[in-house]
Amino acid sequence: MRLLKMVPENTNIHFLKWRLPFFALSGLLVIASWVMIAVNGLNLGVDFVGGQMIRVTFTHSAAAPVAALRGEVESLGYGDPIVQTFGAPNAVSIRMQLPPGAAHNPALATAMSKAIVAKISAAHSDARLDGIDLVSGKVSKELGESAAEALGFAAIAISIYIWYRFEWQFGAGALLSLVHDVSLTLGMFAVTQMEFDLNIVAAVLTIIGYSLNDTIVVYDRIRENLKKFRRMPMPELLDLSVNETLSRTVMTSAMMLITLLALLLLGPRVIFGFTAAITMGIFVGSYSSIYMAAPLLIWLKVTSKSFVPVEGKLDQQERLARERK
Amino acid sequence: MLDFPRWKQLWFWAIALVCCAAALPSIFSVADLQWPAVLPQPRVNLGLDLAGGSHLLLEANPDQVVSQRLEAMEESVRAKLSQANATVKVGDISNKDGSLSFMVDNPGEVDAARELILPLTSGAGLTGKRDWDIKVVDSTRLVLTPTKEGIDQAVTKAMDTATEVVRKRIDALGTREPTIIREGDDRIVVQVPGLKDPTALKNLLGQTAKLEFKLVDLSALPSDVAKGIRPPGDDLVPYAPGAHGAEAGFLAVKRLGGIKGDQLTDASQGYDQRNNSPIVSITFDSAGGAKFAKLTTENVGHPFAIILDGKVLSAPNINEPIMGGSAQISGGFTVDSANQLAIALRSGALPVDLKVIEERTVGPDLGADSIHKGVIAMIVGTLLVMVVIVLTYGRFGIYADLALMINVLMILGVMAIINTTLTLPGIAGFVLTIGAAVDANVLINERIREERKRGRRVFQAVEMGYKEASRAIFDANITNIIAALLMAKFGSGPVRGFAIVLIIGIGTSVFTAVFLTRMWVAGWLHRTRPADINI
Repeated sequence: MRLLKMVPENTNIHFLKWRLPFFALSGLLVIASWVMIAVNGLNLGVDFVGGQMIRVTFTHSAAAPVAALRGEVESLGYGDPIVQTFGAPNAVSIRMQLPPGAAHNPALATAMSKAIVAKISAAHSDARLDGIDLVSGKVSKELGESAAEALGFAAIAISIYIWYRFEWQFGAGALLSLVHDVSLTLGMFAVTQMEFDLNIVAAVLTIIGYSLNDTIVVYDRIRENLKKFRRMPMPELLDLSVNETLSRTVMTSAMMLITLLALLLLGPRVIFGFTAAITMGIFVGSYSSIYMAAPLLIWLKVTSKSFVPVEGKLDQQERLARERK
Repeated sequence: MLDFPRWKQLWFWAIALVCCAAALPSIFSVADLQWPAVLPQPRVNLGLDLAGGSHLLLEANPDQVVSQRLEAMEESVRAKLSQANATVKVGDISNKDGSLSFMVDNPGEVDAARELILPLTSGAGLTGKRDWDIKVVDSTRLVLTPTKEGIDQAVTKAMDTATEVVRKRIDALGTREPTIIREGDDRIVVQVPGLKDPTALKNLLGQTAKLEFKLVDLSALPSDVAKGIRPPGDDLVPYAPGAHGAEAGFLAVKRLGGIKGDQLTDASQGYDQRNNSPIVSITFDSAGGAKFAKLTTENVGHPFAIILDGKVLSAPNINEPIMGGSAQISGGFTVDSANQLAIALRSGALPVDLKVIEERTVGPDLGADSIHKGVIAMIVGTLLVMVVIVLTYGRFGIYADLALMINVLMILGVMAIINTTLTLPGIAGFVLTIGAAVDANVLINERIREERKRGRRVFQAVEMGYKEASRAIFDANITNIIAALLMAKFGSGPVRGFAIVLIIGIGTSVFTAVFLTRMWVAGWLHRTRPADINI
């Protein structure tokens, strides 16, 4: 049986020849993501801004009556709701700020959700209540802080680990490509205005873990080749390493994308945003291992010498003593 | 690397089999399996986002514990100093700015006063510190301040009691398998699977159910009371909404000399025989009954206020001494609210008020829908991956696929054994782990291909493939573990569920994708000694 080859054997693509344009493109995309995050902002869910989220599915409708719902909830006088479809066209999340005084008297919040649910059930016979989330300002502040801490710690801890296992340039390169992957994923959320909740933080942490998967495989090969081919110029050596690991990179990314697409298209709609974030991250992560993580090593001046033990002072004295004899 | 002694093979098979078997009760019903009753039946719990139900995060206010301690201490000190044999003359006790203080009339008796009070305090924790700090100021004034250790101890105790009370109240509602866990210093997490509407639960837990009986101060001027001026020695207590007399706003009651309603043996909802309105009947225990009898005997013809959570329910006249140890509380109840109060009183008062600061409720339909779609996505994703793997790596792909199937079962099995909860993001973690577990085999097989191309012989190529790929697999998995551990540490419920699946998945996938496949490949190579391999 002839086996399938996703990538032809013995590829010799000059990836690094295009490093400047691609690097510029990556830089632009990162900056564009930041601008989008600054201008559009992230559509933060109740997990991070506090408030109440009511999820409703309209079981007999093709699409949820978003505009009608907005009017119905507004008419109750609790303020303007944010009504958004949620995973499927006939499911919505309705987000409200907590009524004033709810921090001291939680019954006010309960009364609000009761009123909203009653109003919607009366107006739409096929409305099915799927859940109510109520997060006080105090809890949302804590959740936000712990999410930021987790992301920061993860990025730093992983960079330190890579620095320890490889060299500092590799740690810095991994950190930069990490920033690239996370920025682009967050940028996607700023552009699409998909809801950014706690699950998305978990997705971003996953991206941090898995986008490094690729980076590490490429770095591992670069290290091996640096020891093997002492005199090969850096760009060539990087090209060789990327090409040698190319079939693995493509294969693994394809496997991940197959499972993620299955999840995205057939899986639970509640985690659509979560799966979309990871899919984006895996995609961007594979690209950045080749075009960010590897070329950065040239600019950070990695050479074969980085992996040759440095002659210590004692060694030097011994060598000189031997030569004098 | 390709040598597998018999004992090592047996170990690998044993680990894989035990973990896979542990997964079975989670997939099939125990009855279908004819699972022997003597064996444990590990099962994966479903999180609330999959099973449907309510999650409540309750928070207590520790300041309340402190003020209660100050009040209790004030009463004890007063009682101690007014005892017949106490000779120390002191001024009035003031309770201000978090400490108690009083003057001792004769400066020579300060030490004696201190000696009297000292037994009221006790050691706190293992530090040797006491729970109260007694200081002499200006050589005539004694100041009692609760120490930090004392407060911490009191808060811990209050939270333990509160957790117990919460458990009793939820049990009284008849819900199944609630989870009630203390979290941090001053929080309690309550999870009730299958509960669609948590309103009743919230009302029940929002009620402190601190019942007090206090004498009404008839000498208080109604005009002062209406203006909110507190007569000396009294408390002004607001009426509960809907209570008889609520239009007056406040009622002046004597601060001391009342009794607390914590000495009850029973409470139940009933009806008032005169007007058929809902009431709560309470029965005191013997000590409480005696106190209640004494209070009512000494104050016949005097009104006393029934106060619940700082609000006056009613203030009936004591027509005759109540000796039987039981009483009826009325106060504008509905049947539901009377029932809730009865449950709350039966389970005891909460030592602190609890506030709901986070609530998440998931309808059962959404959860069922999520499981269904999650399983379909997993099956489709896994099958597609398995097909591509076999097409790409042939025999080595079959080994990888076998490893993958064992991996899925092992993750479930390990989750069941350590009794973790599968959440919705956890399902995504499952699917993701499948993608990632394949990565190890891809790395290994690609490396074997490469080594073959470089002209190495079959045995050497396979050996090198496993050896060289292991380094990258190891490093990559460590970074994933770092990210997952941080997620488990900082994340809340569902996110933690995801992190746990990832951590278990990383462990089992290294075992199946690296160890098991190597054992199988080695066995095959030793058996057939092929000159060439199709990879």
